[in-house]
Amino acid sequence: MLNIGVLQEGFVLDHIEAGKSMEIYNYLNLNKFDCCVAIIKNARSNKMGKKDIIKIECSIDAIDLEVLGFIDHNITVNIIKDDKIVEKKRLSLPKEIKNVAKCHNPRCITSTEQELDHIFVLTDPRKEIYRCKYCEEKYRRKKL
Amino acid sequence: MRHLMSPLDFSVEELDQLLDLASDIEKHPEKYAHACDGKKLATLFYEPSTRTRLSFEAAMMNLGGNIFGFSSAESSSAAKGESVSDTIRMISCYADICAMRHPKEGAPMVASAVSSIPVINAGDGGHQHPTQTLTDLLTIRSLKGRLDNLTIGLCGDLKFGRTVHSLVRALARYKNITFIFISPEELKIPSYIKEDVLEAQGIPYQESERIEDVMPDLDILYMTRVQQERFFNEADYIRLKDFYILNNKKMKLAKEDMIVMHPLPRVNEISVEVDKDPRAAYFRQVQYGVYVRMALILTLLEVNLC
Repeated sequence: MLNIGVLQEGFVLDHIEAGKSMEIYNYLNLNKFDCCVAIIKNARSNKMGKKDIIKIECSIDAIDLEVLGFIDHNITVNIIKDDKIVEKKRLSLPKEIKNVAKCHNPRCITSTEQELDHIFVLTDPRKEIYRCKYCEEKYRRKKL
Repeated sequence: MRHLMSPLDFSVEELDQLLDLASDIEKHPEKYAHACDGKKLATLFYEPSTRTRLSFEAAMMNLGGNIFGFSSAESSSAAKGESVSDTIRMISCYADICAMRHPKEGAPMVASAVSSIPVINAGDGGHQHPTQTLTDLLTIRSLKGRLDNLTIGLCGDLKFGRTVHSLVRALARYKNITFIFISPEELKIPSYIKEDVLEAQGIPYQESERIEDVMPDLDILYMTRVQQERFFNEADYIRLKDFYILNNKKMKLAKEDMIVMHPLPRVNEISVEVDKDPRAAYFRQVQYGVYVRMALILTLLEVNLC
């Protein structure tokens, strides 16, 4: 496998669905970080066949990982400190997400009042359904 | 301080207390005639709604309180671009409680987040209309004597009709309720109501296109209007608006103690000849709407007469 050097401190996001790494990059606003980021696409995986990996060299407090659980809770987050994996974090579905996705219901109050936060609440953890806090419109992933 | 955004904001026990209070108001209106002396209700109606607004205003006046407000967005500062949040902050300085109707879904919730007075959702787009549901529950409990062990037929626009969605969710909390959904294919009840509310709780329901087939089984027939304002296509509206017309011939198929309800306004879906039938409950329903709004105002203002 292609090897990208070790991290002193930061995250390795593993088991990203192949081809989705740029999406994750954008969600985490990594373009705004002045740190070293490596994106590995289509890496071989015994479990998934192919997968993407993102390595981010930054302080471990710098990134809010809650949102990752909403995007894809199958991603494994390895937290690296002093060149070692100090924690392997499994993600769960966050109860609420703020300003990650937009409500696309034209009748929702967020469509006219621009200053409002776009908030989605987890209403059915089993079916992984999120609904807009204001109008209860179901969140549809493809519209992100 | 509490607000009312959805009929499910109240637990079944709290709902029982509210309906008990409404029934007491019906029996002893004089006892409550000065319960809100000196209090003010603001009716913030960003879209026209004669019935709901007048019902709120009548409710507050029956309690001895005062009312003020606006009845369209054009006559409010929204026309100048003021946000809902700013409007409610301003109204909070003038009134003790407010009822808000808004075409945008979730607007009353936005208001409640910054308001220092109780906010009642008086209808937000196609989303919620909790005081109509409270009205329906009081009507059923008063005229049928119970909110459990009922077969209720909901007829007409079950797709866009928010009163139907709210009523199904509210009645689903009571025992032995059977729902019969009567609608044309294009206006069927949304699948999320069937899956998330009924099937998830094992509540029985059936669907029918013909009202005549199910009429003998019903304890309650809840008629709805096909709402022109929910259609983007005029041709679809014209094709579907007269799909069901309840008349005396169809009423002959019903039980003697069945009641016919309707959130009003009706257009053609209930023939005027049915008005004389003692089972027609839709105008009594309007009166129950005033009682339940009186009870709601008292509850949210925490007015205790004892």
